[in-house]
Amino acid sequence: MKNFTSMSSIAMPLDRANIDTDAIIPKQFLKSIKRSGFGPNLFDEWRYLDHGEPGMDNSKRPINPGFVLNDTKYSGAQILLTRRNFGCGSSREHAPWALEDYGFRAIIAPSFADIFYNNCFKNGILPITLSSEIVDSLFNYSGQISIDLSQQIVKTNNHSYNFEVDPERKRRLLNGLDDIGLTLQNETEIRSFEKEHFAKFPWL
Amino acid sequence: MPQTLYDKLMSAHKVLEQEGSTLIYIDRQLIHEVTSPQAFEGLSLAGRKIWRKQANLAVPDHNVPTTERSSGVSSIIDPISRLQVETLDKNCESFDIQEIQMNDIRQGIVHVIGPEQGATLPGMSIVCGDSHTTTHGALGALAFGIGTSEVEHVLATGCLWQNKAKNMKIEINGELAKNVSAKDLALYVIGKIGTAGGTGFAIEFCGNTIENMSIEGRMTLCNMSIEAGAKVGLVSVDDKTIDYVKGRPFAPTGDTWESALKYWQTLHSDSESHFDESILIDANAIKPQVTWGTSPEMVVDINGSTPDPKLEKDEIKAESIRNALKYIHLEPNTLMSTVAIDKVFIGSCTNSRIEDLRAAASVAKGKKIAKNIKLALVVPGSGLVKKQAEEEGLDQIFIDAGFEWREPGCSMCLAMNADKLEAGERCASTSNRNFEGRQGQGSFTHLVSPKIAAATAIAGRFSGVSS
Repeated sequence: MKNFTSMSSIAMPLDRANIDTDAIIPKQFLKSIKRSGFGPNLFDEWRYLDHGEPGMDNSKRPINPGFVLNDTKYSGAQILLTRRNFGCGSSREHAPWALEDYGFRAIIAPSFADIFYNNCFKNGILPITLSSEIVDSLFNYSGQISIDLSQQIVKTNNHSYNFEVDPERKRRLLNGLDDIGLTLQNETEIRSFEKEHFAKFPWL
Repeated sequence: MPQTLYDKLMSAHKVLEQEGSTLIYIDRQLIHEVTSPQAFEGLSLAGRKIWRKQANLAVPDHNVPTTERSSGVSSIIDPISRLQVETLDKNCESFDIQEIQMNDIRQGIVHVIGPEQGATLPGMSIVCGDSHTTTHGALGALAFGIGTSEVEHVLATGCLWQNKAKNMKIEINGELAKNVSAKDLALYVIGKIGTAGGTGFAIEFCGNTIENMSIEGRMTLCNMSIEAGAKVGLVSVDDKTIDYVKGRPFAPTGDTWESALKYWQTLHSDSESHFDESILIDANAIKPQVTWGTSPEMVVDINGSTPDPKLEKDEIKAESIRNALKYIHLEPNTLMSTVAIDKVFIGSCTNSRIEDLRAAASVAKGKKIAKNIKLALVVPGSGLVKKQAEEEGLDQIFIDAGFEWREPGCSMCLAMNADKLEAGERCASTSNRNFEGRQGQGSFTHLVSPKIAAATAIAGRFSGVSS
């Protein structure tokens, strides 16, 4: 798994609440059997003016100049700043794959949907929950933002904000640990649990 | 200490705890073609084996055609859809996982076939790379949707790390009116608590309305829990649950059935158990629902109107209303009953079971769909639901009324197969999500119950069931 320690970047402001994973990556791109290459279709329906299909040359498609992703002011931004309940809806991990493939390493919002939030950590993306008031103030700020996961701090030129993160998720993300490898270190415990479990519930 | 049903299910599956995360054992993983290929690939690349093959059951559903498909996978015209279904077949074969293939009569939407086959049992921990896994909670199972990395994790370890959710109780009492269904109740609840109202919670639905509700109705309700943000939706086990499970292919028999029964009867929240949040709903007050916007929480009574953003004090909400009305091409204060539609979709993991089809057929019987309806689809949830419906003559009722009667699959709920809306088309749909572009780019989705979908098809605009 990809690790995340600290970073600094401007933030791309996507001023909308309840952005669902269908918007992040529309269904036609879910037909891919690969994990990579979703970046050019991130927010496809908002980003381009035509209808996107897999296999199209995206560089030749008409772009929507009014959508923030196409605003050159924010090109190279690795932080996405957005509103509450980001990532709701479908469990598709293609959503964080697309965000990561595009270049986002962190997302700041007042709240996230549960499944999406969890999926981010599996892909080296840090979702940061800050209060609506702080998010409001970040929407009015255009400078560099630095993020330090080990300190759990988001810093602008004038302010510094602490954020919460579950310690186990933090440890794994900081070190880019392989979840499956870690779990398999508990093989003996799993085997013995399993034995008892099936003795108790023989119909499983 | 008294425990909630969710707490009981979590502790029954707890392997170990570490820094607040719990490693839980997974009894059943349901697999479909869209969110599994990368998981199998990861497993192969790392040279890992499947932890417990029998825990897994696979079925293709998202990409399958609902039109004539007797020639099997080769009848999928879109080559990338076909490849995805072929990849599932190939992975299940090489990893030796049981798969119900496309032309098997038992094939269907993963959340329909799990319970139908008895592969979903009370008390089980169940995961699937699909957010609507909440459905299975209707049988008192701990069931939730996961991402592809977690699908791989479960394949390789038989377990999953979870952070314990908080407990929410939604108690619903009273009698639902004649043409008000579990779907209307689900939309009504989401309208009340919002699409993030259940985030971080496991919701347990209880109260006499739920006690009187069929298992299929409970599945509809639990299915939509995720649209309220809750990863888990639950109903405790009662006689209806037991009757539903009995005799299904994967269900236990004989002595094992008897011992299962003893355990299942303990699967309810203890009286005095603590809920972090409790909500009380009066079922008598609920009318048939229709969504007006681009989020399931944007919902009104079928006789209601679109909202006026000018009257909303919260600026972010007002902006959401403006965005939604603009996208969906409706003005503020528009009576929903004046809104004409182009297509009707009856199906999806929310509303494609036999009771849903019976409900829709009872409204469509002897009627014709309106002239402005370009297409009205009925897509059964599984081959067995389809067969049952045909034995009851429901297919003929739909066909006579002008509906198309199709093969089972996810179909137009998310339009990964050929069933989709064109830009600018408006649909009355019994599915679960009305997000922008969900059923086709630039299309407009309005969520309704099966009865309202049928009544709307006949009226050509949103309509309640005429008496």
